[in-house]
Amino acid sequence: MTEHRSPLHGVMGEFETPEQLLAAARGARDAGYQHIDAYTPFPIEGLAHAINFRRTWVPFVTLLGGVMGGLGGFALQYWCSAITYPLNIGGRSLNSWPAFIPVTFELTVLGASIFSVVGMLALNRLPQPYHPVFSVERFAHASTDRFFLCIESRDPKFDLAETSRLLQKLHAVHVTEVKDEE
Amino acid sequence: MSVTQTPTGSPELRGPNPVLEPGHTYASVTDKIAAVVLTRPLGIGWLAGFTLCFSIVMLLTVAVAWLFTKGVGIWGINIPIGWGFAIVNFVWWIGIGHAGTLISAILFLLNQKWRTSINRFAEAMTLFAVACAGIFPLIHTGRPWMAYYMMPYPSTMGIWPQFRSPLIWDVFAVSTYGTVSLLFWFVGLLPDLATLRDRAKLPYQKVIFGILSMGWRNSARHWHRYQSTYLLLAGLATPLVLSVHTVVSFDFAVAIVPGWHTTIFPPYFVAGAIYSGFAMVLTIAIPLRKAYGLEDFITMRHLDNMAKVMLATGLIVAYGYFVEFFMAFYSGNKFDVFLANQRLHGPYSHFYYALLICNIFTPQLLWIGKVRRSIPMLFIMSLVINTGMWLERFVIVVISLTRDFMPSAWGRYSATFWDYATLAGTLGLFAMLLFLFVRGLPAIAISEMRELVHEESHTVAKDHK
Repeated sequence: MTEHRSPLHGVMGEFETPEQLLAAARGARDAGYQHIDAYTPFPIEGLAHAINFRRTWVPFVTLLGGVMGGLGGFALQYWCSAITYPLNIGGRSLNSWPAFIPVTFELTVLGASIFSVVGMLALNRLPQPYHPVFSVERFAHASTDRFFLCIESRDPKFDLAETSRLLQKLHAVHVTEVKDEE
Repeated sequence: MSVTQTPTGSPELRGPNPVLEPGHTYASVTDKIAAVVLTRPLGIGWLAGFTLCFSIVMLLTVAVAWLFTKGVGIWGINIPIGWGFAIVNFVWWIGIGHAGTLISAILFLLNQKWRTSINRFAEAMTLFAVACAGIFPLIHTGRPWMAYYMMPYPSTMGIWPQFRSPLIWDVFAVSTYGTVSLLFWFVGLLPDLATLRDRAKLPYQKVIFGILSMGWRNSARHWHRYQSTYLLLAGLATPLVLSVHTVVSFDFAVAIVPGWHTTIFPPYFVAGAIYSGFAMVLTIAIPLRKAYGLEDFITMRHLDNMAKVMLATGLIVAYGYFVEFFMAFYSGNKFDVFLANQRLHGPYSHFYYALLICNIFTPQLLWIGKVRRSIPMLFIMSLVINTGMWLERFVIVVISLTRDFMPSAWGRYSATFWDYATLAGTLGLFAMLLFLFVRGLPAIAISEMRELVHEESHTVAKDHK
């Protein structure tokens, strides 16, 4: 498993404020790095853009779930009420679609919500028991009060000394190598 | 910055009544909220409260076990009152849940910053209330072990649910509501579980929060997708919450029973749900902020705003009562007129007057700013409103069923010990789950509080320019 992988995941810089991190992320991007990730205790506006991450498939997946839930829900009711178990009540129409709207609506919402959450987790590759960034001791602060920028070793421009120097130049308070120990 | 200077930032973060008391940092909000879960020892108050609630849950267990042994005859229900306490309690509990979704979804879409510190436990309240609500229709079926008949599944008998019935709509509405509330709650919790994982000292805490947080690592990519999902869920939950109590009201409104067959039911049920839900949020928030020293996060502004929401929804409910009466007399339908008179002069009229006092007259005190800012008054008011909303459902279910079209079909209803035991038991279950929740999970959304600190620092920075 480890032979073809670099033992080094990347270089991580720690920043004190979200503004410094945002500036650093832009700086790294402008320096030509592509494989960057940032770690912050809360979402920061513009950060995804700064690390070249623009498109999220979550809305599409949600729409897909909603459409499937809605169509499936209506089809279920139509099939039950008009095809497999038709009840003739005073000659009323078997496909009484207005009465099917509440359940169709509920299943639309249900489908969209489940797809949205499961889709979000899947796209984020969660659950994921191991990730190299957790080997950095100070990384626990990423969920409290510190802001991290990691330039990954798979980046074509990556060079340990050069990249570390860049992070320092961008006002990182600590620069650490991120080992991939798996 | 002088006091007289006009704040340039958002008035929610500034001014005399901020949503977050000044002076907090990312670390201080995180420490304060996480400490309740991770390090704080179990106090005598918590243990006593939990023990009391747990014993009430034992009463629920006994009541339900006895019900399963003897059947629904142990309750006060009989023909013509087939619904009784079970449905009264069901509608009441479901309604209470609605405030949680309103706070977490609708106020989120409306960009109301004050929702931040109350949304987490309000969502927990929703889940627990839905759990309590869900018990009643199940045990009321008489043969709860066959409750799965309500689900569409290919049975060897070849029969399928009647999708034209509001009762089946209810099954779908409530189960969807429960599921979506759980998902919404879990998504909101995910970053906070990661925070707890990173701060956990004890091995079992590391394992539990490590598993629950699924490897969330606060990456900007994670956050981006997370925010997208959170916004979409809020957008989905908003029409959902309005639909749930609408469907519940259809259980009544679609029937032709006098007092039920009215078009005002859906909006007035939804307003009543939010009314009682906010009352329950206050009932929980007031002791919670006191017990865990969270007054900086759940400020007077929150209590004041919630009181205003109660006042507004209470007025909609009052309008609903008025329209019921107006339409009864305006329609001239003799059964409707008769039922309206039964509410005022019938054998259960004292319930109706109590309802008017609890739901309409007492809450008018909330017009007074001093009352909205007095914590004991608000607490009492929240209990009064919850009682009133329970009475409302009692009046709707019982008065209509005891007085339908033919005098020969009239009857009387009185609840038995087991009815009260089951109601008390679900109250105990609800409180017990809340006790477990406040010590097991962060009761306030930590990452959202950090965001609030960030925004506050910006507002202050702007002022200094």
